[in-house]
Amino acid sequence: MSSFFLFVLVTLTALMVVYLYRVIRGPSVFDRVLGLNGISTKAIVLLVVIGTVFERVDMFVDISTGYALLNLVSALAVAKFLEERGAPQE
Amino acid sequence: MILELPLLVFLVMTAAGAILAKDLISAVFILGTYSFTLALVWALLGAVDVAFVEAVVGAGLATVFFLLTLSTASEKDTQIRRSAIPWTALIGLPIVAILLLYGAADLPAFGDPGSPASTHISPIYLEGSVAQTKTPNVVTAILMDYRSLDTLIETVVIFTAGIACALIYGKGSA
Repeated sequence: MSSFFLFVLVTLTALMVVYLYRVIRGPSVFDRVLGLNGISTKAIVLLVVIGTVFERVDMFVDISTGYALLNLVSALAVAKFLEERGAPQE
Repeated sequence: MILELPLLVFLVMTAAGAILAKDLISAVFILGTYSFTLALVWALLGAVDVAFVEAVVGAGLATVFFLLTLSTASEKDTQIRRSAIPWTALIGLPIVAILLLYGAADLPAFGDPGSPASTHISPIYLEGSVAQTKTPNVVTAILMDYRSLDTLIETVVIFTAGIACALIYGKGSA
């Protein structure tokens, strides 16, 4: 069972690389925002899986919830910023 | 562990991306991914509380504060005019890196029970904290009970900094 969770961990990390490419290369700011959101959703799932591997899910669920909440706050901040400022020209 | 190497590559990639980004807004987003990855590394090492702080402060609050600062800066200030890398940095930084790696080779292995950090005072905390403080989380027990005065002063410092930021950033109509 532990090897299954390890496989899940590695697969999720490999998925994050795809998003990371969008964040670093991404031509427009919106690509970067979406990439950041995708990475953070993967990070939330990854944290819960790490908690399952360590058999301390209760503690890791707290962190991933905090992650998710702050991700919402920062997404709102980004949206407000882009609304006030407009997307920068590339 | 099999996951630590990809995460390390991730960290280096995001850090380099944040430095090499063309405008500051992109750099802020890439720095957010850096903090996410760093929080995952802390969680993997078992430092759950540090991971929580990294996620809250590094990925959440810092991004918001950076964007708040950028929203008051003018358009031309968010573009980066990059000058050539000075040769002192090209020579000096690798030397510092080699020195740090040389020093790190002397550190005890991760999780070594005979290392100085885990023989000095941490056994007392680990064995006695539940009986003495009735707190299941040993980090909370140390922060809020054994070193509560430290935590109190830290809170005062951060609160003062928050008041100062609010006074500077606010409209000043008090």
